[in-house]
Amino acid sequence: MKYILMMNTMRAGRGVPQWAQKDRQAHIAFMIGLNKELRQSGELVSAEGLSFPDQAKLVRAGKDGVPITDGVFPESKEFLAGYWIVDVDSPERADAIAAQVSGAPGPGGVPLNMPIEVRPIMSGPPPEML
Amino acid sequence: MTKPWDTTSEHLLREFAPQVLGSVARRFRDFSSAEDAVQEAMIAAFTQWPQEGVPENPRGWLIQVASRRMTDRVRSEVARRQRETAVASDVEATAHVDEIECDMDPDDTLILLFMCCHPALTSSSAIALTLRAVGGLTTAEIANAFLVPEATMAQRISRAKQTIKASGVPFRLPSPQERAVRLPAALHVLYLIFNEGYASSIGAHLQRLDLAREAIRLTRDAKALIPEDGEVAGLLALMLLTDARRAARTGPDEELIPLDKQDRTLWDRAEISEGIELLTAALSKRSVGPYQLQAAIAAVHDEAARAEDTDWPQILALYELLKRVSPSPMVTLNHAIAAAMVHGPSKGLELLRTLDTDARLAGHYRLDAVRAHLLEMVGDYEIAIKHYRIAASRTTSIPEQNYLMTQAARLAERKLS
Repeated sequence: MKYILMMNTMRAGRGVPQWAQKDRQAHIAFMIGLNKELRQSGELVSAEGLSFPDQAKLVRAGKDGVPITDGVFPESKEFLAGYWIVDVDSPERADAIAAQVSGAPGPGGVPLNMPIEVRPIMSGPPPEML
Repeated sequence: MTKPWDTTSEHLLREFAPQVLGSVARRFRDFSSAEDAVQEAMIAAFTQWPQEGVPENPRGWLIQVASRRMTDRVRSEVARRQRETAVASDVEATAHVDEIECDMDPDDTLILLFMCCHPALTSSSAIALTLRAVGGLTTAEIANAFLVPEATMAQRISRAKQTIKASGVPFRLPSPQERAVRLPAALHVLYLIFNEGYASSIGAHLQRLDLAREAIRLTRDAKALIPEDGEVAGLLALMLLTDARRAARTGPDEELIPLDKQDRTLWDRAEISEGIELLTAALSKRSVGPYQLQAAIAAVHDEAARAEDTDWPQILALYELLKRVSPSPMVTLNHAIAAAMVHGPSKGLELLRTLDTDARLAGHYRLDAVRAHLLEMVGDYEIAIKHYRIAASRTTSIPEQNYLMTQAARLAERKLS
């Protein structure tokens, strides 16, 4: 079964760009290591990091379908920072991976314990058989 | 002497895969490396045969190529370690086609199946390894079937092989006692492959490899190897009797069509007759297992020319038997539907209440879906709509979700008019 694990941007002024070089490197190394681990376990479907929120805009259709864009957003607004799609054997395993992501090291190497949103991907079989 | 390559050649190649692997693994006493060597031989055949024609003795050709790869491996290993020269010469002496042909053993395929469905593996690993080692599919094909990157699938297969290696299972047929434990596990893996294929044959995934067909092919092979076992035959019958309805179970917009609304003229008669024949023979044997009972239920549905001709009392009796042989909340759920069809929806709803406290089913959409259906039968539309919607929000299947939302919308409109 496939799950998406979503990580949001950190609160304004506390994000990775403000960290000490050493902490930033430790954080990145952790993420690279985790992705490698998931690739080797045969569970990683995809993982992407997204650009910073100042690159984000909201688009909606205006008159005649012409795009109307909205942005830049206040720093307090939360955005998706990155996601993992994993193919695992149980919901518990998806939770365990999310907990691993959540505990990524922050400033001073202290685990961030950030909230990770975990949701099943619509890929389940219709159970016509038992 | 060669034959031209045609559409049957590819099928032939897959048929040989487990035989070739079994033969090579037994000779070299190394399943993991043999599996790699056979894959390389298969790839060589896929690239060479379409151009150069199919060799006169295709199986011998594959065994020879795979054995040569194995010999190369052993040689380089020996050179690296500067010892075990006896093994290398032993190996060299055996790499001759005629001799290899005499050495074929149909049990090799069976040993492979048991090995790939080893209890130490997770189900997804067992499925991947079975498809590759027994089914002869390439890693790319399996990755495509499960919609994961090829590298991910390659890792999954390689880890599965490591697990088997670490577990130290010898390449031989399990003892009768071991077999009693291993056969159900192997059948369960085949069942999962079928279910995955049956589910994914819907909609956007149509272009994916036909896993249901692969599962039927593998189970057919297993049946040929273990003809005396009623459950192997029962599983094959269940697959055929379910697959027979494939063309009828989705509409033009890929929407799910429930059994009672299907155009039964679209059902595959040949598959139904084969399934019923298999089942009849299996049921005449001593013990009746859960696959035979499920197949028997599928057969009763398939034998009804119209939905209203369905012999529900017989289905109810079969579910009662299944509940005794192999109890599970899903069986209880289906039993409740059968009871509702025979004794009325109130009886079904009463049986469902016994599941409300069952932790295994807590939050499962199926319970709400069945309850909604029975409430609709009773005429309690308001609450039926509520349960259809809860079920829709809980399923992870898109076709099922569409179906449930359609039911809720249909009832809501009927209530208004």
